[in-house]
Amino acid sequence: MKNQMRKNYSVIVVGGGPAGLAAALGARQAGAERILIIDREVETGGILNQCIHSGFGLHYFKEELTGPEYAERFNQQVRSDKITILTDSYVLNITPDLKIEVISKKHGYLNLRAKAVVLAMGCRERTRGAIRTPGFRPSGVMTAGLAQKMVNMKGVLPGQRVAILGSGDIGMIMARRLILEGCQVVGVFELHPFSSGLTRNKVQCLDDFDIPLHLSTTVAFIHGRKRVERLTLAPVTTDYKPDLKQSWDIQCDTLLFSIGLIPENELSARLRIKMDPATGGPQVSSTMETSLPGVFACGNVLHVHDIVDFVSEESHRAGRYAAELALGMRRPGDNITLYPGENIASCTPHSLSSDREQTIYLRVKQPVKDATLKIGNRYEQKFRTLVPSEMVKLSLPPKVLNHFFGEQLRIEVSSEEGAQ
Amino acid sequence: MYDVIIVGGGIIGCALARELSRYNVRLALLEKEVEVGFGTSKTNSGIIHAGHHSPPGTLKGQFEWSGNQLWGDLAKELKFGFKHIGELLIAQKREDLQYLENLKKQGDSRGVTGLEMWGPKRIQKEEPNLSHTILKALHAPTAAVINPYEACFGLIECAKQNGLELFCDHPVQSIKRERDNFSIATPRGSFRARIILNAAGLFADHVAAMVGAKTFSISPRKGEEYLLDRRLQGIVTHLIFPTPTATSKGVLIIPTVDGPTMVGPTAEDIDDREDLSTSYSGAADVFAAVRKTCPAISERDTITEFAGLRAVSESNDFIIKRSPVKNFYNIAGIQSPGLTAAPVIATYVINMLRDNDLSLVKKQTWKADIDGPPRFAAMSPKDRKAAIHKDSAFGQIVCRCELVTEAEVLYAIKHGARTLDGVKFRVRAGMGRCQGGFCTTRLMDLLAQADEIPLSEITKRGKGSEICIQRHDIIPKKDDR
Amino acid sequence: MKKELICISCPMSCPLELTIVNGEILSITGNRCKNGEIYARQELTHPQRVVTTTVACRSGLWPRLPVKTIAAVPKDYVTNVVTELHEVEVEAPVLLGQIIIENVANTGIAVIATRSLPHETVKE
Ligand SMILES: Cc1cc2nc3c(=O)[nH]c(=O)nc-3n(C[C@H](O)[C@H](O)[C@H](O)COP(=O)(O)OP(=O)(O)OC[C@H]3O[C@@H](n4cnc5c(N)ncnc54)[C@H](O)[C@@H]3O)c2cc1C
Ligand code: SF4
Repeated sequence: MKNQMRKNYSVIVVGGGPAGLAAALGARQAGAERILIIDREVETGGILNQCIHSGFGLHYFKEELTGPEYAERFNQQVRSDKITILTDSYVLNITPDLKIEVISKKHGYLNLRAKAVVLAMGCRERTRGAIRTPGFRPSGVMTAGLAQKMVNMKGVLPGQRVAILGSGDIGMIMARRLILEGCQVVGVFELHPFSSGLTRNKVQCLDDFDIPLHLSTTVAFIHGRKRVERLTLAPVTTDYKPDLKQSWDIQCDTLLFSIGLIPENELSARLRIKMDPATGGPQVSSTMETSLPGVFACGNVLHVHDIVDFVSEESHRAGRYAAELALGMRRPGDNITLYPGENIASCTPHSLSSDREQTIYLRVKQPVKDATLKIGNRYEQKFRTLVPSEMVKLSLPPKVLNHFFGEQLRIEVSSEEGAQ
Repeated sequence: MYDVIIVGGGIIGCALARELSRYNVRLALLEKEVEVGFGTSKTNSGIIHAGHHSPPGTLKGQFEWSGNQLWGDLAKELKFGFKHIGELLIAQKREDLQYLENLKKQGDSRGVTGLEMWGPKRIQKEEPNLSHTILKALHAPTAAVINPYEACFGLIECAKQNGLELFCDHPVQSIKRERDNFSIATPRGSFRARIILNAAGLFADHVAAMVGAKTFSISPRKGEEYLLDRRLQGIVTHLIFPTPTATSKGVLIIPTVDGPTMVGPTAEDIDDREDLSTSYSGAADVFAAVRKTCPAISERDTITEFAGLRAVSESNDFIIKRSPVKNFYNIAGIQSPGLTAAPVIATYVINMLRDNDLSLVKKQTWKADIDGPPRFAAMSPKDRKAAIHKDSAFGQIVCRCELVTEAEVLYAIKHGARTLDGVKFRVRAGMGRCQGGFCTTRLMDLLAQADEIPLSEITKRGKGSEICIQRHDIIPKKDDR
Repeated sequence: MKKELICISCPMSCPLELTIVNGEILSITGNRCKNGEIYARQELTHPQRVVTTTVACRSGLWPRLPVKTIAAVPKDYVTNVVTELHEVEVEAPVLLGQIIIENVANTGIAVIATRSLPHETVKE
């Protein structure tokens, strides 16, 4: 049964996770007529469908929701807004003149056209190879996200005795999930001297279940020829080198990696969009437009967020601007470039316009206490603590921005004392 | 009762099987792993050596060049990837220059075509990312790259189509002489054969010992390899060899046939024949060496690593001969350039058999070609459209990194893939930068559906390497909490 | 007596410092909002947690259905709640918010579906 698909759209959104859903809604709100969301999964919602824990929506909906609940609210809105959804479909290619090549089991091979495209492909997990963990290559080694999908959606378990490398949120949340499903979790091991996830997750996922968190520790060797049998763990020195003399072994049959996320930018790379090496995502202007006119980016494809609410906010905005462009409206070009200074790992967008309020997301490099965030010697904001795992959201009014017309705006963080 | 049984389904066993399948012989192959090609033949550099490397007066030297010349046709017939990318052997020190000259002479006298000495200008023009300290390079255009496991799968597919009986998951445990025949025991039944070809790779000496034909022993030499992200695809376009030292051929830069760049291998003598582990020191050695030849390559670009074991015999050369036991042949110690030499080793062995009373009558029906697996990623837009139109399973992406469709996975399963690794090595699903994060559950679903088994019975590479367990495998113990 | 807690009511994860005398909380500092205070009092006297997990779902688009307790249950009951839910199986289709169990593990608290799960044959 080949449904007749329309060929021309005002806005096509690639990816139907929280970013894509919000972008489509933003585009509708700004008046775009024909909007299409394309997703390679059987349903929209993206990673939220497998994040069954709560912790979503406090900013956006002012109540605490689970991932699937958060997704469903957006799904319902998208449906009632009559936005077309194409699931189980994969975008093979986008051309600079916005022709989109899609394959789908149901609709076959499609060549679509859009006036504006929003990239919302999300991110993928870093794997064992990325940190070159030595040892054998048995089964039982996988990313925490894959384990999450197995447990929460496929109804199978990755193993019985589980170790987790990396204290990112997914890793800690999976530790609790596995305990609740009857597995044993022998420990969470973190390379850094600080946990890389939210403190709240350490408390409610690890401490609540007496799961040990070993900081400044790494997996130095994976044993087991067919299935994981044992790990050698080692403390790391200050330059993150394992100290093998102090290593010890632990028995387990599964090792989950929760060592970070990388924006998924295969399509962007093929489009030769300008990228930001610090975020791994495209460079965008204040309208979330990439270096290729008509192509916008938002959500984790742009930079990895830790709170979905921020993704929704940012993506809604991206969708609005995409719709404006599709409707022939043009905002004035940006007149300020943003420049990450002292202890700033990254900030987005990469340029600003002084004519309206601007939202900036940034991350620090090193954790700091009693920090002062300086925006070009004009504007200061105090923070009790700033840590790399928590993205900071700033809103700058035109009256601040006006001072930097035509200039670089430097953002930096200084502090009385560095946190340990 | 078989005329010939081949023990071991590596590249050698597979090449022997295809070559023998031309003739009217009852032929079987016994492989201990769940699929062919899962030994050394899966974990190597995939290089068809140019022909000039191996020293004269050795079997390696005899077969490197003659083997090299057979691969182009094989690739066409068996539909696996093959690229003649050529090789540059570089000299960074004055004292290395003589080695290059000698190697060129060795190649020229053997008839290796196209060998040419390049100066710094030419090198910079062709390979701008290489170190600027390179004095000279010997260019060998005959070097090529292939996918070694694809070659195994292609060879065995062709042999099967021409009558080979393949028994995977059948490790040979003992061999008895029974009058003029052999009786071969495996945990899943015994087999009788008149002639045995022992191509058991790292275990060839063990298999030979089963009939008292152990005239050699094998010791493993480990090589670690590191596969880099596609970001570095095209950083070099030729195979890059350093000047070898007394102990090692050195660390190579390999633009693999599928595109991504690979660096390695190390060379380390070890005792354990199943030790496929990688190490901190291996990674450190590889990247320290590579940085000297190509500074732009960083260990941070690694997406995965693996180790392979070379089967080294005392003589450091191939052992291809009749053993003291009548009708038992050893094809052993097949270290590098074993892959390159495999097709010519196969014809060499068959000539030995012919001289020893195996009447070899050619089959009328022998078919050299196989259809080969479909490759969506390599199709033109027009072909893609047509493929999806014909079979909608081409419209379903299973692996996003390498653009593999459901139709290709189903094809692989139909043609023998039984495990996640088996699928991965046939269709490349799970080999890309996400390393299976996206496709694993999809592949498991397809394997489970095809074999009508639960997900918990799907393995990575055979029994004992199950990927997941059932929820009811864990009965929550109350007192544990 | 001083006691330190981390507020888990929102991602800010405020570090709270409680001054306790004779079992009574005299002061709470470190919270950025009033929820921190509520949390601290609760956590000290009778800690409780919302439980999120999955139950089996026959003929659903996925074999598991995510669920949660509609309110927090006493922390000591978390294990009992999930153990009871291990045995539960529902039939697709399920609607978001549908009650799966009225009173889970005798806590008096209901467990609800946190998504709609269509029948396996219903794809978009
Ligand atoms: C790191 C590395 C890089 C290399 N790079 C290259 C290169 O670029 N070019 C090149 O030409 N060569 C290269 N080589 C060498 C090449 O890989 C080998 O020469 C070749 O793969 C050997 O093939 P084989 O069939 O003898 O061994 P294998 O592939 O190991 O096959 C032997 C088979 O026998 C089976 N077996 C063992 N015991 C039994 C039993 N009792 N019963 C049944 N079955 C059994 C095993 O399971 C295995 O499948 C490299 C080697 C290494 C380690
Ligand atoms: S005190 Fe308020 S702001 Fe701080 S973590 Fe608790 S709920 Fe969040």
